[in-house]
Amino acid sequence: MKKLLTITILGMALAAGSAQARDYDHVRFGVDVPYEPMEYRTADGELTGFDIELGNALCAEMDITCEWIEQEWDGIVPGLLARNYDAIMSSMTINDERRQTLLFSDPYITIPGAWFAAAGSELEEINEEALSGKSIGVQRGTTYDNYATDTFGDLATINRYSTADDMVLDLDAQRLDLVFLEFVVGKTTLLDNDEGSYKVVGEMVTEPEEYFGEGFGIAFRQRDEALAERFNEALATLKEDGTYDEIYEKYFGEE
Amino acid sequence: MDNLTTWFNDLLAGNVIFTPQTLGYYWTGLVTTSQLVFLSLVIGLVLAIPLAIGRSSRHRWISLPIYAYTYVFRGTPLLIQLYIIYYGVVFFDGIQQTFLWPILREAFYPALIAFTLNTAAYTTEIFRGAIKATPRGEIEAARAYGMSQALMMRRIILPSAFRRALPAYGNEVIFMLHASAIASVVTLMDLTGAARFVYARFYAPFEAFLFVAAIYLCLTFAILYFFRYLEKRLLAHLKPA
Repeated sequence: MKKLLTITILGMALAAGSAQARDYDHVRFGVDVPYEPMEYRTADGELTGFDIELGNALCAEMDITCEWIEQEWDGIVPGLLARNYDAIMSSMTINDERRQTLLFSDPYITIPGAWFAAAGSELEEINEEALSGKSIGVQRGTTYDNYATDTFGDLATINRYSTADDMVLDLDAQRLDLVFLEFVVGKTTLLDNDEGSYKVVGEMVTEPEEYFGEGFGIAFRQRDEALAERFNEALATLKEDGTYDEIYEKYFGEE
Repeated sequence: MDNLTTWFNDLLAGNVIFTPQTLGYYWTGLVTTSQLVFLSLVIGLVLAIPLAIGRSSRHRWISLPIYAYTYVFRGTPLLIQLYIIYYGVVFFDGIQQTFLWPILREAFYPALIAFTLNTAAYTTEIFRGAIKATPRGEIEAARAYGMSQALMMRRIILPSAFRRALPAYGNEVIFMLHASAIASVVTLMDLTGAARFVYARFYAPFEAFLFVAAIYLCLTFAILYFFRYLEKRLLAHLKPA
Protein backbone atom coordinates (compact mmCIF):
# COMPACT_ATOMS: atom_id res chain seq x y z
CA MET A 1 0.00 0.00 0.00
CA LYS A 2 2.72 2.36 1.05
CA LYS A 3 4.69 1.51 -2.04
CA LEU A 4 1.73 2.18 -4.24
CA LEU A 5 1.27 5.56 -2.64
CA THR A 6 4.91 6.44 -3.16
CA ILE A 7 4.76 5.45 -6.78
CA THR A 8 1.59 7.44 -7.31
CA ILE A 9 3.12 10.54 -5.73
CA LEU A 10 6.31 10.10 -7.72
CA GLY A 11 4.29 9.74 -10.88
CA MET A 12 2.30 12.83 -10.13
CA ALA A 13 5.43 14.78 -9.37
CA LEU A 14 6.97 13.69 -12.65
CA ALA A 15 3.83 14.61 -14.58
CA ALA A 16 3.73 18.00 -12.87
CA GLY A 17 7.43 18.45 -13.54
CA SER A 18 7.07 17.85 -17.21
CA ALA A 19 4.09 20.18 -17.30
CA GLN A 20 6.12 22.94 -15.69
CA ALA A 21 9.09 22.58 -17.94
CA ARG A 22 6.90 23.38 -20.91
CA ASP A 23 8.00 25.88 -23.49
CA TYR A 24 6.19 29.11 -23.06
CA ASP A 25 4.60 30.65 -26.10
CA HIS A 26 2.70 33.11 -23.97
CA VAL A 27 4.27 34.88 -21.03
CA ARG A 28 2.37 36.84 -18.41
CA PHE A 29 4.34 39.61 -16.66
CA GLY A 30 3.48 40.86 -13.21
CA VAL A 31 4.01 44.60 -12.89
CA ASP A 32 3.37 47.20 -10.20
CA VAL A 33 1.98 50.36 -11.78
CA PRO A 34 2.74 53.24 -11.58
CA TYR A 35 6.47 53.76 -11.18
CA GLU A 36 7.27 56.44 -13.67
CA PRO A 37 8.99 56.21 -16.09
CA MET A 38 9.53 52.47 -15.74
CA GLU A 39 5.84 51.57 -15.83
CA TYR A 40 2.85 53.88 -15.90
CA ARG A 41 -0.34 54.68 -17.74
CA THR A 42 -0.66 57.45 -20.27
CA ALA A 43 -3.52 59.94 -20.06
CA ASP A 44 -5.68 57.69 -22.23
CA GLY A 45 -5.04 54.67 -20.03
CA GLU A 46 -2.48 52.87 -22.09
CA LEU A 47 0.15 50.95 -20.15
CA THR A 48 3.65 52.05 -21.06
CA GLY A 49 7.11 52.72 -19.68
CA PHE A 50 10.61 51.44 -20.05
CA ASP A 51 9.87 48.00 -18.59
CA ILE A 52 6.74 47.60 -20.69
CA GLU A 53 8.36 48.58 -23.97
CA LEU A 54 11.45 46.52 -23.35
CA GLY A 55 9.34 43.54 -22.23
CA ASN A 56 7.22 43.74 -25.36
CA ALA A 57 10.32 44.05 -27.53
CA LEU A 58 11.82 40.98 -25.84
CA CYS A 59 8.67 38.97 -26.48
CA ALA A 60 8.61 40.09 -30.11
CA GLU A 61 12.24 39.02 -30.46
CA MET A 62 11.46 35.63 -28.95
CA ASP A 63 8.38 35.37 -31.15
CA ILE A 64 5.97 34.82 -28.28
CA THR A 65 3.02 36.82 -27.06
CA CYS A 66 2.96 38.53 -23.73
CA GLU A 67 0.51 40.04 -21.38
CA TRP A 68 0.84 42.46 -18.45
CA ILE A 69 -0.89 41.78 -15.18
CA GLU A 70 -1.01 44.53 -12.59
CA GLN A 71 -0.09 43.53 -9.09
CA GLU A 72 0.67 45.60 -5.99
CA TRP A 73 4.32 45.46 -4.96
CA ASP A 74 3.63 43.78 -1.62
CA GLY A 75 2.15 40.74 -3.26
CA ILE A 76 4.25 40.64 -6.39
CA VAL A 77 6.49 37.71 -5.38
CA PRO A 78 3.68 35.56 -3.92
CA GLY A 79 1.71 36.25 -7.11
CA LEU A 80 4.53 34.82 -9.19
CA LEU A 81 4.83 31.73 -7.01
CA ALA A 82 1.06 31.24 -7.14
CA ARG A 83 1.33 31.19 -10.94
CA ASN A 84 -0.84 34.28 -11.45
CA TYR A 85 1.85 35.27 -13.94
CA ASP A 86 5.13 33.80 -15.16
CA ALA A 87 7.62 36.60 -14.65
CA ILE A 88 8.05 39.91 -12.85
CA MET A 89 9.31 42.86 -14.81
CA SER A 90 8.76 45.73 -12.46
CA SER A 91 11.98 47.58 -11.65
CA MET A 92 13.05 44.83 -9.31
CA THR A 93 16.61 45.16 -8.04
CA ILE A 94 18.56 41.94 -8.10
CA ASN A 95 19.91 40.99 -4.70
CA ASP A 96 20.87 37.92 -2.73
CA GLU A 97 17.80 37.86 -0.50
CA ARG A 98 15.51 37.77 -3.51
CA ARG A 99 17.71 35.11 -5.12
CA GLN A 100 16.62 32.75 -2.34
CA THR A 101 13.14 32.58 -3.84
CA LEU A 102 13.50 33.90 -7.35
CA LEU A 103 15.52 33.29 -10.47
CA PHE A 104 16.76 36.45 -12.17
CA SER A 105 17.57 37.21 -15.77
CA ASP A 106 20.70 39.17 -16.56
CA PRO A 107 20.30 42.76 -15.39
CA TYR A 108 18.58 44.77 -18.10
CA ILE A 109 19.26 48.20 -16.64
CA THR A 110 21.19 49.81 -13.84
CA ILE A 111 19.63 53.04 -12.71
CA PRO A 112 22.50 55.43 -12.19
CA GLY A 113 22.86 58.06 -9.52
CA ALA A 114 23.57 61.58 -10.68
CA TRP A 115 24.71 64.87 -9.22
CA PHE A 116 22.44 67.83 -9.82
CA ALA A 117 23.16 71.49 -9.20
CA ALA A 118 21.59 74.82 -10.05
CA ALA A 119 22.21 75.77 -13.68
CA GLY A 120 24.35 78.71 -12.63
CA SER A 121 26.58 76.64 -10.40
CA GLU A 122 30.32 76.80 -10.94
CA LEU A 123 30.67 73.09 -10.30
CA GLU A 124 31.72 71.27 -13.43
CA GLU A 125 33.01 67.95 -12.22
CA ILE A 126 32.84 65.69 -9.23
CA ASN A 127 36.01 65.06 -7.30
CA GLU A 128 37.31 65.54 -3.81
CA GLU A 129 38.73 68.94 -4.52
CA ALA A 130 35.59 70.30 -6.14
CA LEU A 131 33.33 69.02 -3.40
CA SER A 132 35.35 69.96 -0.37
CA GLY A 133 33.47 72.36 1.87
CA LYS A 134 30.31 72.02 -0.20
CA SER A 135 26.92 70.99 1.15
CA ILE A 136 25.38 67.92 -0.43
CA GLY A 137 21.73 66.93 -0.17
CA VAL A 138 20.66 63.28 -0.13
CA GLN A 139 17.59 61.30 0.85
CA ARG A 140 18.15 59.69 4.20
CA GLY A 141 19.00 56.01 4.16
CA THR A 142 19.15 55.63 0.40
CA THR A 143 21.95 54.06 -1.58
CA TYR A 144 22.87 57.60 -2.56
CA ASP A 145 23.14 58.67 1.08
CA ASN A 146 25.45 55.76 1.84
CA TYR A 147 27.62 56.39 -1.17
CA ALA A 148 27.93 60.15 -0.62
CA THR A 149 28.55 59.72 3.11
CA ASP A 150 31.28 57.15 2.63
CA THR A 151 32.94 58.91 -0.28
CA PHE A 152 32.70 62.60 0.58
CA GLY A 153 31.40 62.62 4.17
CA ASP A 154 34.72 63.75 5.59
CA LEU A 155 35.22 66.78 3.41
CA ALA A 156 31.71 68.01 2.64
CA THR A 157 28.56 68.52 4.69
CA ILE A 158 25.92 65.91 4.01
CA ASN A 159 22.35 67.08 4.65
CA ARG A 160 19.80 64.29 4.85
CA TYR A 161 16.15 64.73 3.87
CA SER A 162 13.07 62.59 4.20
CA THR A 163 11.64 63.51 0.82
CA ALA A 164 13.02 64.68 -2.50
CA ASP A 165 10.71 67.71 -2.31
CA ASP A 166 12.33 69.08 0.84
CA MET A 167 15.69 68.55 -0.77
CA VAL A 168 14.75 70.45 -3.93
CA LEU A 169 13.44 73.31 -1.78
CA ASP A 170 16.80 73.62 -0.07
CA LEU A 171 18.65 73.38 -3.37
CA ASP A 172 16.53 76.29 -4.63
CA ALA A 173 17.16 78.16 -1.42
CA GLN A 174 20.91 77.81 -2.02
CA ARG A 175 21.35 75.95 1.23
CA LEU A 176 22.69 73.07 -0.82
CA ASP A 177 25.36 73.29 -3.46
CA LEU A 178 24.30 70.06 -5.07
CA VAL A 179 22.16 66.99 -4.57
CA PHE A 180 22.85 63.36 -5.31
CA LEU A 181 19.97 61.10 -6.20
CA GLU A 182 18.64 58.49 -8.56
CA PHE A 183 18.98 59.94 -12.03
CA VAL A 184 15.41 59.22 -13.07
CA VAL A 185 13.96 60.86 -9.97
CA GLY A 186 16.24 63.85 -10.47
CA LYS A 187 15.28 64.11 -14.11
CA THR A 188 11.56 64.11 -13.28
CA THR A 189 11.67 66.41 -10.27
CA LEU A 190 14.39 68.78 -11.44
CA LEU A 191 15.23 68.77 -15.14
CA ASP A 192 11.76 68.17 -16.58
CA ASN A 193 9.87 70.04 -13.90
CA ASP A 194 11.70 73.30 -14.21
CA GLU A 195 13.61 73.34 -17.47
CA GLY A 196 16.80 75.31 -17.61
CA SER A 197 17.18 75.80 -13.87
CA TYR A 198 19.27 72.75 -13.11
CA LYS A 199 22.09 70.79 -14.63
CA VAL A 200 23.74 67.43 -14.20
CA VAL A 201 27.27 67.71 -12.86
CA GLY A 202 29.88 65.16 -13.85
CA GLU A 203 29.32 61.57 -14.87
CA MET A 204 26.46 59.26 -13.96
CA VAL A 205 27.39 57.00 -11.09
CA THR A 206 26.68 53.27 -11.34
CA GLU A 207 29.63 51.85 -9.46
CA PRO A 208 30.77 50.37 -7.16
CA GLU A 209 28.34 47.48 -7.10
CA GLU A 210 28.49 47.35 -3.32
CA TYR A 211 26.34 50.51 -3.30
CA PHE A 212 24.49 50.51 -6.57
CA GLY A 213 23.62 46.84 -6.76
CA GLU A 214 23.47 44.64 -9.76
CA GLY A 215 20.68 46.49 -11.49
CA PHE A 216 17.10 45.52 -12.32
CA GLY A 217 16.33 42.02 -13.52
CA ILE A 218 13.33 40.04 -14.72
CA ALA A 219 12.34 37.56 -12.03
CA PHE A 220 11.15 34.02 -12.74
CA ARG A 221 10.20 30.98 -10.70
CA GLN A 222 13.34 29.03 -9.81
CA ARG A 223 12.46 26.11 -12.05
CA ASP A 224 11.97 28.19 -15.20
CA GLU A 225 15.63 28.24 -16.07
CA ALA A 226 14.99 27.62 -19.74
CA LEU A 227 12.69 30.61 -19.95
CA ALA A 228 15.18 32.87 -18.21
CA GLU A 229 17.84 31.69 -20.63
CA ARG A 230 15.66 32.56 -23.62
CA PHE A 231 15.09 36.05 -22.19
CA ASN A 232 18.82 36.51 -21.67
CA GLU A 233 19.49 35.62 -25.28
CA ALA A 234 16.76 37.94 -26.53
CA LEU A 235 18.12 40.74 -24.35
CA ALA A 236 21.60 40.26 -25.78
CA THR A 237 20.19 40.43 -29.31
CA LEU A 238 18.24 43.63 -28.58
CA LYS A 239 21.35 45.21 -27.12
CA GLU A 240 23.29 44.33 -30.23
CA ASP A 241 20.79 45.45 -32.86
CA GLY A 242 20.17 48.81 -31.25
CA THR A 243 16.56 48.28 -30.21
CA TYR A 244 17.58 48.45 -26.57
CA ASP A 245 19.42 51.75 -27.05
CA GLU A 246 16.41 53.18 -28.83
CA ILE A 247 14.11 52.44 -25.90
CA TYR A 248 16.74 53.56 -23.38
CA GLU A 249 17.20 56.88 -25.17
CA LYS A 250 13.47 57.43 -25.27
CA TYR A 251 13.15 57.25 -21.49
CA PHE A 252 16.53 58.24 -20.12
CA GLY A 253 18.07 60.42 -22.79
CA GLU A 254 19.36 63.58 -21.20
CA GLU A 255 17.59 65.90 -23.59
CA MET B 1 39.53 47.75 35.43
CA ASP B 2 40.88 44.93 33.28
CA ASN B 3 37.73 42.99 33.95
CA LEU B 4 35.71 45.91 32.84
CA THR B 5 37.64 46.25 29.60
CA THR B 6 37.23 42.56 28.80
CA TRP B 7 33.55 42.77 29.65
CA PHE B 8 33.17 45.77 27.38
CA ASN B 9 35.07 44.12 24.55
CA ASP B 10 32.95 40.99 24.88
CA LEU B 11 29.85 43.10 24.81
CA LEU B 12 30.89 44.81 21.60
CA ALA B 13 32.30 41.72 19.94
CA GLY B 14 30.37 40.68 16.85
CA ASN B 15 28.45 43.93 16.73
CA VAL B 16 28.50 45.80 13.47
CA ILE B 17 26.33 48.72 14.41
CA PHE B 18 28.12 50.47 17.25
CA THR B 19 31.42 51.12 15.55
CA PRO B 20 33.58 54.14 16.42
CA GLN B 21 32.06 55.83 13.39
CA THR B 22 28.43 55.51 14.47
CA LEU B 23 29.31 56.34 18.06
CA GLY B 24 30.88 59.44 16.58
CA TYR B 25 27.53 60.30 14.99
CA TYR B 26 25.79 59.82 18.32
CA TRP B 27 28.38 62.03 19.98
CA THR B 28 27.90 64.82 17.43
CA GLY B 29 24.18 64.38 17.96
CA LEU B 30 24.54 64.71 21.71
CA VAL B 31 26.58 67.89 21.31
CA THR B 32 24.08 69.41 18.87
CA THR B 33 21.07 68.51 21.00
CA SER B 34 22.69 69.88 24.16
CA GLN B 35 23.69 73.14 22.48
CA LEU B 36 20.31 73.59 20.90
CA VAL B 37 18.31 72.88 24.04
CA PHE B 38 20.59 74.76 26.41
CA LEU B 39 20.83 77.89 24.28
CA SER B 40 17.12 78.02 23.50
CA LEU B 41 16.27 77.57 27.19
CA VAL B 42 18.64 80.29 28.35
CA ILE B 43 17.55 82.81 25.71
CA GLY B 44 13.91 81.80 26.19
CA LEU B 45 14.20 82.36 29.94
CA VAL B 46 15.75 85.78 29.50
CA LEU B 47 12.95 86.75 27.10
CA ALA B 48 10.24 85.26 29.29
CA ILE B 49 10.88 87.36 32.40
CA PRO B 50 10.03 90.78 30.94
CA LEU B 51 7.28 89.19 28.86
CA ALA B 52 5.71 87.63 31.96
CA ILE B 53 5.78 90.98 33.76
CA GLY B 54 4.20 92.61 30.72
CA ARG B 55 1.66 89.85 30.46
CA SER B 56 0.51 90.52 34.06
CA SER B 57 0.30 94.25 33.42
CA ARG B 58 -3.02 95.97 33.90
CA HIS B 59 -2.54 97.92 30.69
CA ARG B 60 -4.20 95.96 27.94
CA TRP B 61 -2.01 97.38 25.20
CA ILE B 62 0.95 95.73 26.89
CA SER B 63 -0.62 92.47 27.94
CA LEU B 64 -2.71 91.77 24.82
CA PRO B 65 0.13 91.60 22.23
CA ILE B 66 2.08 89.34 24.55
CA TYR B 67 -0.99 87.18 25.00
CA ALA B 68 -1.34 86.98 21.22
CA TYR B 69 2.27 85.85 20.94
CA THR B 70 2.01 83.14 23.60
CA TYR B 71 -1.33 82.05 22.18
CA VAL B 72 0.09 81.56 18.70
CA PHE B 73 3.21 79.73 19.85
CA ARG B 74 1.40 77.52 22.35
CA GLY B 75 -1.47 76.95 19.96
CA THR B 76 0.53 75.57 17.04
CA PRO B 77 2.78 72.51 16.88
CA LEU B 78 6.48 73.16 17.25
CA LEU B 79 7.08 71.12 14.11
CA ILE B 80 4.98 73.55 12.07
CA GLN B 81 6.81 76.52 13.57
CA LEU B 82 10.10 74.92 12.65
CA TYR B 83 8.95 74.25 9.08
CA ILE B 84 7.77 77.83 8.68
CA ILE B 85 10.99 79.32 9.98
CA TYR B 86 13.27 76.95 8.06
CA TYR B 87 11.48 76.45 4.74
CA GLY B 88 9.23 79.51 4.89
CA VAL B 89 11.92 82.17 4.92
CA VAL B 90 13.35 81.12 1.56
CA PHE B 91 10.16 82.26 -0.13
CA PHE B 92 11.07 85.87 0.55
CA ASP B 93 12.75 86.94 -2.66
CA GLY B 94 16.33 87.99 -2.30
CA ILE B 95 16.73 86.74 1.26
CA GLN B 96 19.98 85.16 0.10
CA GLN B 97 21.44 88.61 -0.43
CA THR B 98 20.56 90.02 2.99
CA PHE B 99 22.73 89.95 6.09
CA LEU B 100 20.30 87.42 7.59
CA TRP B 101 21.20 84.68 5.15
CA PRO B 102 24.44 83.46 6.77
CA ILE B 103 22.31 82.80 9.85
CA LEU B 104 19.27 81.33 8.14
CA ARG B 105 21.34 79.22 5.76
CA GLU B 106 22.44 76.80 8.45
CA ALA B 107 19.79 74.52 9.88
CA PHE B 108 20.97 75.24 13.42
CA TYR B 109 19.82 78.84 13.72
CA PRO B 110 16.30 78.45 12.33
CA ALA B 111 15.89 75.55 14.75
CA LEU B 112 17.28 77.65 17.59
CA ILE B 113 14.92 80.51 16.75
CA ALA B 114 11.89 78.22 16.62
CA PHE B 115 12.77 76.47 19.88
CA THR B 116 13.55 79.74 21.65
CA LEU B 117 10.29 81.42 20.65
CA ASN B 118 8.37 78.30 21.62
CA THR B 119 9.90 77.83 25.03
CA ALA B 120 9.73 81.59 25.72
CA ALA B 121 5.97 81.46 25.13
CA TYR B 122 5.46 78.57 27.55
CA THR B 123 7.82 80.03 30.15
CA THR B 124 6.03 83.37 29.95
CA GLU B 125 2.76 81.71 30.83
CA ILE B 126 4.34 79.69 33.65
CA PHE B 127 5.80 82.84 35.17
CA ARG B 128 2.64 84.83 34.67
CA GLY B 129 0.72 82.23 36.62
CA ALA B 130 3.29 82.37 39.39
CA ILE B 131 3.21 86.18 39.47
CA LYS B 132 -0.58 86.20 39.65
CA ALA B 133 -0.50 83.74 42.51
CA THR B 134 1.52 86.05 44.75
CA PRO B 135 -0.31 86.17 48.11
CA ARG B 136 -2.13 89.47 48.55
CA GLY B 137 -0.67 89.84 52.01
CA GLU B 138 2.88 90.08 50.65
CA ILE B 139 1.87 92.81 48.22
CA GLU B 140 -0.04 94.74 50.88
CA ALA B 141 2.91 94.49 53.23
CA ALA B 142 5.23 95.81 50.51
CA ARG B 143 2.86 98.69 49.83
CA ALA B 144 2.67 99.46 53.52
CA TYR B 145 6.45 99.78 53.53
CA GLY B 146 6.09 102.36 50.80
CA MET B 147 7.80 100.34 48.07
CA SER B 148 7.39 101.55 44.50
CA GLN B 149 5.90 99.21 41.90
CA ALA B 150 9.36 98.44 40.46
CA LEU B 151 10.99 97.79 43.80
CA MET B 152 8.08 95.59 44.87
CA MET B 153 8.41 93.60 41.65
CA ARG B 154 12.14 93.14 42.17
CA ARG B 155 12.21 92.38 45.86
CA ILE B 156 8.89 90.74 46.61
CA ILE B 157 6.94 89.46 43.63
CA LEU B 158 9.62 88.04 41.32
CA PRO B 159 11.67 86.16 43.92
CA SER B 160 8.63 84.40 45.29
CA ALA B 161 7.18 83.86 41.83
CA PHE B 162 10.38 82.18 40.64
CA ARG B 163 10.26 79.78 43.53
CA ARG B 164 6.65 78.92 42.85
CA ALA B 165 7.35 78.48 39.13
CA LEU B 166 10.32 76.20 39.62
CA PRO B 167 8.62 72.77 39.47
CA ALA B 168 6.55 73.72 36.43
CA TYR B 169 9.62 75.20 34.75
CA GLY B 170 11.57 71.98 35.37
CA ASN B 171 8.91 70.18 33.38
CA GLU B 172 9.20 72.71 30.58
CA VAL B 173 12.94 72.03 30.40
CA ILE B 174 12.35 68.31 30.03
CA PHE B 175 9.61 68.89 27.45
CA MET B 176 12.02 71.06 25.51
CA LEU B 177 14.66 68.35 25.50
CA HIS B 178 12.15 65.88 24.12
CA ALA B 179 10.67 68.35 21.67
CA SER B 180 14.14 68.96 20.25
CA ALA B 181 13.92 65.48 18.71
CA ILE B 182 12.18 67.04 15.71
CA ALA B 183 15.30 69.02 14.77
CA SER B 184 16.37 66.25 12.41
CA VAL B 185 13.54 67.06 9.97
CA VAL B 186 15.48 70.15 8.96
CA THR B 187 18.64 68.09 8.37
CA LEU B 188 20.20 68.80 11.78
CA MET B 189 22.24 65.88 12.99
CA ASP B 190 20.91 65.90 16.55
CA LEU B 191 20.56 62.80 18.72
CA THR B 192 17.42 61.66 16.92
CA GLY B 193 19.00 62.53 13.59
CA ALA B 194 21.94 60.30 14.44
CA ALA B 195 19.58 57.49 15.43
CA ARG B 196 17.61 57.84 12.21
CA PHE B 197 20.83 57.75 10.25
CA VAL B 198 22.06 54.61 11.99
CA TYR B 199 18.64 53.03 11.58
CA ALA B 200 18.51 53.75 7.88
CA ARG B 201 22.07 52.61 7.38
CA PHE B 202 21.89 49.28 9.15
CA TYR B 203 18.14 48.61 9.09
CA ALA B 204 18.39 48.17 12.84
CA PRO B 205 15.54 50.13 14.39
CA PHE B 206 15.76 48.55 17.84
CA GLU B 207 19.46 49.10 18.40
CA ALA B 208 19.49 52.58 16.93
CA PHE B 209 16.48 53.92 18.78
CA LEU B 210 16.91 52.07 22.09
CA PHE B 211 20.42 53.42 22.34
CA VAL B 212 19.30 56.97 21.70
CA ALA B 213 16.38 56.57 24.10
CA ALA B 214 18.87 55.59 26.79
CA ILE B 215 20.86 58.77 26.14
CA TYR B 216 17.70 60.88 26.42
CA LEU B 217 16.87 59.10 29.67
CA CYS B 218 20.29 59.97 31.10
CA LEU B 219 19.87 63.61 30.09
CA THR B 220 16.41 63.69 31.64
CA PHE B 221 17.75 62.23 34.88
CA ALA B 222 20.43 64.90 35.01
CA ILE B 223 17.85 67.64 34.53
CA LEU B 224 15.51 66.09 37.11
CA TYR B 225 18.23 65.94 39.73
CA PHE B 226 19.35 69.47 39.01
CA PHE B 227 15.85 70.78 39.59
CA ARG B 228 15.34 68.60 42.63
CA TYR B 229 18.50 70.14 44.09
CA LEU B 230 17.30 73.65 43.24
CA GLU B 231 13.91 72.98 44.78
CA LYS B 232 15.50 71.63 47.91
CA ARG B 233 17.53 74.79 48.33
CA LEU B 234 15.11 77.43 47.15
CA LEU B 235 11.89 75.99 48.50
CA ALA B 236 13.32 74.92 51.85
CA HIS B 237 11.15 77.45 53.66
CA LEU B 238 8.00 75.82 52.34
CA LYS B 239 8.80 72.41 53.78
CA PRO B 240 6.66 71.25 56.66
CA ALA B 241 8.71 71.75 59.79
